[in-house]
Amino acid sequence: MTEYLIKNGFVYDPILGINGDKVDVAVKDGKMVDAGDVAKPTIIDAAGMTVMAAGVDVHAHVAGPKVNVGRNFRPEDKLFRGVAGTGKKRMEGGFSVPTVLRTAYLYARMGFGFSMEAAMPPLYARHTHEEIRDTPIIDQGALPVFGNNWFVLEYLKENEVENTAAYIAWLLNQTKGFGVKCVNPGGTESWGWGMNCETVDDVVPYFDVTPRQIVSGLIAADEYLGLPHCMHVHGNSLGEPGNYEITLDTLKIAEDYKPNNDFGREVVLHNTHLQFHCYGGESYASKSFESKSKEVVEYVNSVDNISYDLGVVTLDETTTMTADGPFEHHLSHMNNLKWANTDVELETGSGIVPFIYNPKTFIAGAQWAVGLECGLFIKDPMRAYITTDAPNAGPLCRYPRVYKWLMSVKARDDMLDNTLKYGDKVRERCYIGELDREISLYELAMMTRAGPAKTLGLGHMFGSLKPGLEGDVAIYPYNPETDTDDPEKIEYAFGNSAYLIKGGRMIVKEGEIVDMGNKRTFWVDAKVNENPMVERDIAEKFRRYYTVTQNNYTVEGPHYVPNPYVIEVDATR
Amino acid sequence: MAKVTLTPTQTPTLFLEAENITPDVFAGKSAAEIAALHAFIGKTTVTLGEYFTIEGAGGETAADTTIVINGDVSRVKYIGMKMTAGEVIVNGSADMYVGGWMSGGKITVNGDIDAFAGLGMTGGELIVNGNAGNYLGAAYRGDWRGMQGGEIRVSGNAGSDVGTFMRGGTIIVGGNIDVHVGTHMEGGTIIVKGDAKTRVGGQMVKGTIYVYGDIDVMMPGFQYRNDVDLEVDGEEGHFALYEGDMGERHSKRKGEVIYGQLYMKY
Repeated sequence: MTEYLIKNGFVYDPILGINGDKVDVAVKDGKMVDAGDVAKPTIIDAAGMTVMAAGVDVHAHVAGPKVNVGRNFRPEDKLFRGVAGTGKKRMEGGFSVPTVLRTAYLYARMGFGFSMEAAMPPLYARHTHEEIRDTPIIDQGALPVFGNNWFVLEYLKENEVENTAAYIAWLLNQTKGFGVKCVNPGGTESWGWGMNCETVDDVVPYFDVTPRQIVSGLIAADEYLGLPHCMHVHGNSLGEPGNYEITLDTLKIAEDYKPNNDFGREVVLHNTHLQFHCYGGESYASKSFESKSKEVVEYVNSVDNISYDLGVVTLDETTTMTADGPFEHHLSHMNNLKWANTDVELETGSGIVPFIYNPKTFIAGAQWAVGLECGLFIKDPMRAYITTDAPNAGPLCRYPRVYKWLMSVKARDDMLDNTLKYGDKVRERCYIGELDREISLYELAMMTRAGPAKTLGLGHMFGSLKPGLEGDVAIYPYNPETDTDDPEKIEYAFGNSAYLIKGGRMIVKEGEIVDMGNKRTFWVDAKVNENPMVERDIAEKFRRYYTVTQNNYTVEGPHYVPNPYVIEVDATR
Repeated sequence: MAKVTLTPTQTPTLFLEAENITPDVFAGKSAAEIAALHAFIGKTTVTLGEYFTIEGAGGETAADTTIVINGDVSRVKYIGMKMTAGEVIVNGSADMYVGGWMSGGKITVNGDIDAFAGLGMTGGELIVNGNAGNYLGAAYRGDWRGMQGGEIRVSGNAGSDVGTFMRGGTIIVGGNIDVHVGTHMEGGTIIVKGDAKTRVGGQMVKGTIYVYGDIDVMMPGFQYRNDVDLEVDGEEGHFALYEGDMGERHSKRKGEVIYGQLYMKY
């Protein structure tokens, strides 16, 4: 295999403690190696450029049935946006719900090597894997959703952690899933009765279980199994003014748990798109709404076992999609645009609504501010990751723009003064105006690769240039010595990587995508003791309730997962 | 004002997608440069010069440029798409998307046009001295932003789904109109001087529709209010006012609910 030696670049690697030093970086046989271990390398001159490990995305909706419904019901999202294929690239299209190919090319241009699909409905895992399979270049995994699953609700009603863990292990195996996602715990199921869970102690009708029991039980089961990734939660009352108290209540559930895994993961709870969960006040009006990002992030700062991602609103026209069915219904009544909804039998639900975050409104400006505050109040950037909850708060292609805002007070002031209509009101009701922190490139490397890799339990493969890790290197045309004058240069550079090496193969060369890589699907195979009760429950549910048989449910064989990477976990006692 | 004359030399076997035929693109170009502009047939790329003889040259700006097409272009799509100023005169019939997304200037078609004309247009004038097809002044598939401004005037008949998701501007149809008029309409005016069939103003939120002739089947969501005398398009008339669609959401202004208005001429 080809050897690469990257010379003269400014290297940022928080795991190795390299902060902008010009050190040589080497790749051999698909892995990172010491610069002395390559014999006849292809030299890449990265003079005047920034070198980091390839990015790791902890949370994005880029594959699966709801993304595809978004594509189908938003043909206008592709209008005038088709780009014809050239060279090895095929045609790409779409903006907020891009085609699978555009998703892959975007990640490559942004220097990413791994992406976690944030919500996979187990029943539609086959579809999710077909899309993952068709997304070249990047490695991907997918998190099945458990927060409204009938098995989980029934087991956790009685606080049966072992049975829940056995079911999780079975479902990860069946769906080729990576970890445990929990969306609006109990709320989506309650909505089947026309209700929702608005506090962590609201009882789910019929199942008689609370969000607190679901979150707590799923954390316990995740740690019982010792999965690579921790429990990944999207809490109750997303987007509701005053929801920060529910968020704090949810986060505090983690106080009872310690991480238990062999992957170097130190957190037990990942709260995704924290921005949507940090609202104070009683309405979206500027006289009532206020940011509570400081209160929530201060709590995260006070503990060591919680991580989160930002979910920054990028002020675009986008497509919201989540397994939080009731939230999407609520949203469709706010903007009166089209709405799609699905109930996934026994397991979850889903809703989709196009949404315009209009900078001429106070609330969109405030949401923008809250997201950035979540990134600026964090003391340990290894536990706060940059996302846009793509495409919910903003399209995937906007990551570099978010970096720009986080890295430059000037860029933020420009937004507040010139783009937002109610910039002054936003300064008044949020903390953004008093924050002069600028995220450094070293911190950016923590928030976009080292941190998410560690929380996903993939720190042994991704997120650093340490010898032995995967040969994933991104080189950006950004000179940290001379390009600091104009924040636009940040946005340009991080959206137009000069080089991307993935698994030892040159994917992006001089800014052009030249190779489709060796895409792998990551899933976790957890071994547990035989559990006849759970086996019987599964058979019973398929017999009595599911409209498919188990034979039509399992994700199997090379058709769905042609190039798997299996992480084995032994949780037998 | 500079004039560019296009005369068709052959009829495309498939359809010519010629989004470059606009004053904005022609401005500042010579006949030879215009002839070299691309168009698409299926997946192949061709030049305008292969399908038209081109005389004259573009003006300095779009506003200074008039394009005259002499001949049948009923297999040419996207004439005047996205134009902002200037003028296009088609002496013949044209295919789909005439004046799609136009924001200014004037298009006159002395013939018939096919579907999707004036799609999502925000300004300017589109005059059709002939018949128009379906989805006139409507929104692109999936979009909720139909015609938002400007004027479309059709002397003949129009097809179905005229003014779907219309939000502003005026559509005047001299003749009859097919089903689905102003569906999801949220503003603007549609005047039908002939007869309409069914589903006029379905799910209409706001805006105004006038029908001078008959409506075969009225939408059940409309309620008769009162009779009024109005001047519409320069003519006096006696109208019955209906409001709806009662099944849709409606905003309030000064405490009063704003409905879509449907006037039928006596």
